[in-house]
Amino acid sequence: MNAGEPGGRVHSADSAWTLAFLAWLVASSSTLGALFLSQVMGIAPCVLCWYQRIFMFPLVLILAAGLFPFDTKLVRYALPLIAVGWMIALFHVLLVAGIVPENIRPCAQGIPCKDQVIEWFGFLTIPLLSLIAFSLVGLPLIVAHFKVSK
Amino acid sequence: MKKNVQANKDVQAKTPVQNRKAVFFVSAVLLLLVFALGTIAFNSEKLDKSAKAAEQNLTLLVREHSPRLGPAEAKVHLVEFFDPACGTCREFYPLVKDLMKANSGKVRLSVRYAPFHAGSDNVVRILEAARKQDKFWQTLEAVLASQPYWTPNHKAELQFVWPQLGNLGLDMERIKRDMYAPEIDRIIAQDLADAKALSVTMTPEFFVNGRSLPEFGYEQLRKLVNDAVARAY
Repeated sequence: MNAGEPGGRVHSADSAWTLAFLAWLVASSSTLGALFLSQVMGIAPCVLCWYQRIFMFPLVLILAAGLFPFDTKLVRYALPLIAVGWMIALFHVLLVAGIVPENIRPCAQGIPCKDQVIEWFGFLTIPLLSLIAFSLVGLPLIVAHFKVSK
Repeated sequence: MKKNVQANKDVQAKTPVQNRKAVFFVSAVLLLLVFALGTIAFNSEKLDKSAKAAEQNLTLLVREHSPRLGPAEAKVHLVEFFDPACGTCREFYPLVKDLMKANSGKVRLSVRYAPFHAGSDNVVRILEAARKQDKFWQTLEAVLASQPYWTPNHKAELQFVWPQLGNLGLDMERIKRDMYAPEIDRIIAQDLADAKALSVTMTPEFFVNGRSLPEFGYEQLRKLVNDAVARAY
């Protein structure tokens, strides 16, 4: 019993670290992916894409800083960014799907947010990738948070 | 004995953290490597495509209606997709002129319109109307020189363009009548359609004998032009 307790805590902190690391991996892949689309493929980001980038890019650095040494409060700093980015991504997906009406879209000029350059497998658009990415960064962190607080 | 336990503890405490660091750095390096390899693969594929497209490009690139500069028999044909409201086009204008002067008689230029900025098509209309009075290049230079004044918030504002054209000896009444002629509509529509077909999404975009720049930049343009001149002469 005496030996089991600390051992269990170490184990849960270990898996919490792994989850946070996975979140960092997703954030980094998304960031590099976004940079590949704009800088290498030359697809100009629309206004909504820029807002999502604003909330995704810093996660690479914030999560990395929280991994060494592991800060179990990491989720508190990362989650506000993830939540706002996730909501913008959701808005963008709904806009592309036509559920959000055209007249309230904030980017009528410049690069249209509604036109989709990429549609992999017939449904995977850039905003949908973004929504998935924000979810995949957020979920492991929330699970890690509960593991540590338990 | 005590020392041994201490060492043991150190090993236990250090190993996972060291593993973590290794995992982190290896992942970071792998991600960057994938990015770099992807970039190389994408660019080499693009280069292949642009070489193949070069010949097909020629029909879309060259239209009778375009303003041109330089001798018609010049063997190197530089085509520029151009937006009068675009700041980079403004910066490239003297560079392109220098490039033509350095290869005098061997390079000719065609200007295609890609008025991507809001309101910029109206400025194109003024240029085309001025062309009917044989004042295209003078008007173009006046418009580019004063570009910051008539593009507040990156939008071309016609009311700020007019005062910049005072000293050119243009018949302004005629400009205002000519600029909305249907033939100018057609020129702009054709140029925009060709730009789209050629995947021109940003200005300025240059084609040298049908070949696009492998990568945007003045040095790249100079090299492409010089290579084409060396090949043709």
